[in-house]
Amino acid sequence: MLRYILRRALIAIPTILLISVFVFSLQKLLPGDPVLAMAGEERDAATLEFLREKYHLNDPIPVQYFNWIGNAVQGDLGMSLRTRQPVTELMAEKLPVTIQLAVMAMIFALLIGIPAGILSAVKKGTVTDYVANVVALSGLSIPNFWLGIMLILLVSVKWQWLPASGYVPLSEDFAQSVKTMLMPAFVLGTALAATLMRHTRSAMLGVLSADYVRTARAKGLAERRVVLKHAFRNALTPIVTLTALLFGELVAGAVLTEQIFTIPGFGKLVVDAVFNRDYAVVQGIVLVTAIGFIAMNLLADVLYVVLNPRLRGQ
Amino acid sequence: MTDAATPSTITGATDPVLSRRPESRAWKKFRTHRSAVLGGILVLFFVAIAVAAPWLPIPDPAATDWGAVRKAPSAAHWLGTDEIGRDVLARMVWGAQASLLAGVVSVAIAVILGVPLGIVAGYFGGWTDAVISRCTEALLAAPFLILAIALAAFLGPSLTNAMIAIGISATPVFIRLTRGQVLSIKAEDYVESARAIGLPTPKILSRYIFPNVLPPILVQATLTIATAIIAEASLSFLGLGQQPPAPSWGSMLNTAKNFLNQAPWMALWPGISIFLVVLGFNLLGDGLRDALDPREN
Repeated sequence: MLRYILRRALIAIPTILLISVFVFSLQKLLPGDPVLAMAGEERDAATLEFLREKYHLNDPIPVQYFNWIGNAVQGDLGMSLRTRQPVTELMAEKLPVTIQLAVMAMIFALLIGIPAGILSAVKKGTVTDYVANVVALSGLSIPNFWLGIMLILLVSVKWQWLPASGYVPLSEDFAQSVKTMLMPAFVLGTALAATLMRHTRSAMLGVLSADYVRTARAKGLAERRVVLKHAFRNALTPIVTLTALLFGELVAGAVLTEQIFTIPGFGKLVVDAVFNRDYAVVQGIVLVTAIGFIAMNLLADVLYVVLNPRLRGQ
Repeated sequence: MTDAATPSTITGATDPVLSRRPESRAWKKFRTHRSAVLGGILVLFFVAIAVAAPWLPIPDPAATDWGAVRKAPSAAHWLGTDEIGRDVLARMVWGAQASLLAGVVSVAIAVILGVPLGIVAGYFGGWTDAVISRCTEALLAAPFLILAIALAAFLGPSLTNAMIAIGISATPVFIRLTRGQVLSIKAEDYVESARAIGLPTPKILSRYIFPNVLPPILVQATLTIATAIIAEASLSFLGLGQQPPAPSWGSMLNTAKNFLNQAPWMALWPGISIFLVVLGFNLLGDGLRDALDPREN
């Protein structure tokens, strides 16, 4: 088992290196001389040369890459041009906010997606199944930032139940924090629920026709017990791994959700960085999310083996 | 893309009666697939609007009217006006053009880059395959929208750059899909025999491999157009796509968000349109998959 995990982790290293090359080369796409932007008004030759030396811009590109990646490995992703804070520090500040949003969204997604998927598989071909499928497909087709806007319009503007924006840290006021995060988490969660429902449905359909389910039914077990204990348990493996793989969608969705509800998280950080031309921050975020995504992939692979006893011995 | 999928190239046979079969069977299956037909109608509706935009009797989408700022829907402005008095209906119609263009062009970029790379990786294997596959994995590791945002940020915000960014971000999916298809087709007897009688590689690729990888790519392309349209709307919503004053559904929603109290209609129509056109492509893609899948009856 440990050897399997280690081998999978080793395979991930070249992928991460390739991503880092890609992220590094992004800055070479930029038109113009970065030194001119940094120097601002003082464009005399001496200042420009000083800046070039200071940021090692005279070095050959491969050397520049190795300097960059060498620092990145030590947790130094450069400085934000705007706030003059280290990029890693900025990210560490914003991360808890997005994690709270992501966890709450995931709870919504699981609470909606899994029961809906089970129900639609058990009632395959009925009106319930049809309605669940239509709702899921609509969920996949609705841009979630629009859903957010519509919810603000109804819940905040019209009924005035929940605040339209703002953020209260969990440590400050737990109840208020959860309350302000409720609507954004719902918006983000429904987008994932649609995907989760479709996967749960197909996984359940796969196991419901298996022999052991027929045996359980033949034994005269209650249908509820057959579905939940015998079928769902076995359908859980693909569902768990797929949930880990939803990480990418979760991060991308968080960018838009945070923008609509003005939540000061990771996603807002990347969008603000883009508009402030704070490229070091953008690069740092792409690199860190990609590594996070690879880690989730790894976790999905490992969970798949852990949950599936038949694969354990191999 | 579709004209290469003529009946004779799909089967590789020359008999006109025999060769027509799989396609007409697929078409028949597609026609009876109710949701797929609904999807097709939705897509056609928006395509018709986008193409006919210059000839429709609507005001100039960029014409401002300070006497009619944020007016609710009326006989003069069916869908109301926006924050600087522009006609929302006119902007919706021209926005359809931006959305569909973005969807189709970015997927075309992804297909043009991805399919040849996938064929090369799958057919030649070895070292070439290793390099292409590792790069694909690396690109797939970055979440789609994050990658598109980063690319759009570094290329500079514009509709063209958004399309390039979305296209590049969608490429790895097509590389992987094509590679997998080629791997399974390569092992088929008819490819083996083509190789055995000494057909040159380019001919095997163009006559046997390419036509057979097309159906799943067509399905994936249709579904990816749906994703790309949402991605363009997202980028425009963030200000990284279509630049003002040119209309786009995403940027209309971005402005509408600031006037929810005073002019809620500004937020309604762009969202409904994105939803309907994306739903259309999703239904169409699902229907095509069912129709083109030889395993299903």
